[in-house]
Amino acid sequence: MPPTAVADYRQNAEANEVTVTTDTTLIYFSSVSENTRRFVEKLDVTAARIPVFATEPQLIATAPYVLLIPTYGGERGKRSILPQIMKFLGHEANRANLRGVIGAGNTNFGEYYCIAAKKIAAKCNVPVLYTFELMGTPEDVLNVNEGLETFWAPASHKKK
Amino acid sequence: MTEKIKLANKVEAINWNRIQDDKDVEVWNRLVNNFWLPEKIPLSNDIPSWGTLTEAEKLLTMRVFTGLTLLDTLQGTVGAVSLIPDALTPHEEAVYTNIAFMESVHAKSYSSIFSTLASTKEIDEAFRWSTENVNLQKKAQIIESYYHGEDPLKRKIASTLLESFLFYSGFYLPMHWSSHAKLTNTADLIRLIIRDEAVHGYYIGYKFQKGLEGASEERKQELKDYTFELMYELYENEVQYTHDLYDPVGLSEDVKKFLHYNANKALMNLGYEAMFPATVTDVSPAILAALSPNADENHDFFSGSGSSYVIGKAVNTEDEDWDF
Repeated sequence: MPPTAVADYRQNAEANEVTVTTDTTLIYFSSVSENTRRFVEKLDVTAARIPVFATEPQLIATAPYVLLIPTYGGERGKRSILPQIMKFLGHEANRANLRGVIGAGNTNFGEYYCIAAKKIAAKCNVPVLYTFELMGTPEDVLNVNEGLETFWAPASHKKK
Repeated sequence: MTEKIKLANKVEAINWNRIQDDKDVEVWNRLVNNFWLPEKIPLSNDIPSWGTLTEAEKLLTMRVFTGLTLLDTLQGTVGAVSLIPDALTPHEEAVYTNIAFMESVHAKSYSSIFSTLASTKEIDEAFRWSTENVNLQKKAQIIESYYHGEDPLKRKIASTLLESFLFYSGFYLPMHWSSHAKLTNTADLIRLIIRDEAVHGYYIGYKFQKGLEGASEERKQELKDYTFELMYELYENEVQYTHDLYDPVGLSEDVKKFLHYNANKALMNLGYEAMFPATVTDVSPAILAALSPNADENHDFFSGSGSSYVIGKAVNTEDEDWDF
């Protein structure tokens, strides 16, 4: 992220920005290319979207949730986490309620496949639950639906 | 050819301080940051392992790379350039000029591989083969005919299928050699091309979808039908091309899985659902590992099959990525 963008997002995070709360168990980001949104729409769960534009109110999670995000890698995986996602995770409540990350990406990027999801999971000490490519195949939809259901079932809900 | 050259009708000074579509800047920056040249890859380190290939394997390798050279030449000189007149923003035009140049870099890098590994006679014979192989010529002709066609969105479909599907019968082979610890520097170079093609396919596919916005349902259906028809036509030819090349070394069936897997991704780049079911896209793990040589195992926490999962392992975050 260029220095000006870092400054901008810090300033915004500190300012009294407009927020909206959500208790959905899935929160996602999708750029204007809409690949990730298409995948999320095929799932059985309701999901909230992290705002694409700074003019939209910031999303605050009030309950445990799984984060689903794409990777946009710069060279060697740098700047792979988009500013909107960093801004969202800049809110303490959004980090505290995070339980796992699902990554969308493209294996053409080799070792940097889904690197943003892996970085966030490592930083926030939660697991990467699943990775899929682009807008996902029907098998991916099935796996994530079943996986999320099991993940949120009381028995397997270990953290906190 | 007496055909009139199609150029952009109107040119205005490009203002990078007034952006209509942020994707243009995002992709431009990404392409510029990804820029590379074949000279930075130590291809000559592959000479000893080239010597361990059989004559049939060497012939196959030369032919595969000549086929890829033809496609990159087509995309660099005709394909990406043909998209410029239809661009919605001046920055989109600039991105296509970057794509066109990079395709020419790709085409040239195969020559670097050839001159490192093979004799002039072998190189000339491979190029002669490329002009005579029916399936190779056919795929180039199919794509080229759409580049010369009148429909801007069909040009983008053809271009995305080339970038995201047609290269992969060729890309399979260096990944196969790499998984056997052969021609590993060549594989490093091909991985850079594979990465570039992903950005090209994503961007052209995205612009196709932007072009679809506001189109009538009838027009949307026409383009969807057209995409799948073209995919079938190319796929059929690609299967024959694959058998032609890979039957002598017994790899055709696995190459076809790789084709299915990438055909799905090409369709997704255009915003359509995957066409081939998982039962025919199960590419050999060795090939997938060769695509991502230093990556840890794919995460699949849900199925419990991913053995590599350890919280907090693997990735160092950098300040520029992460700063609360």
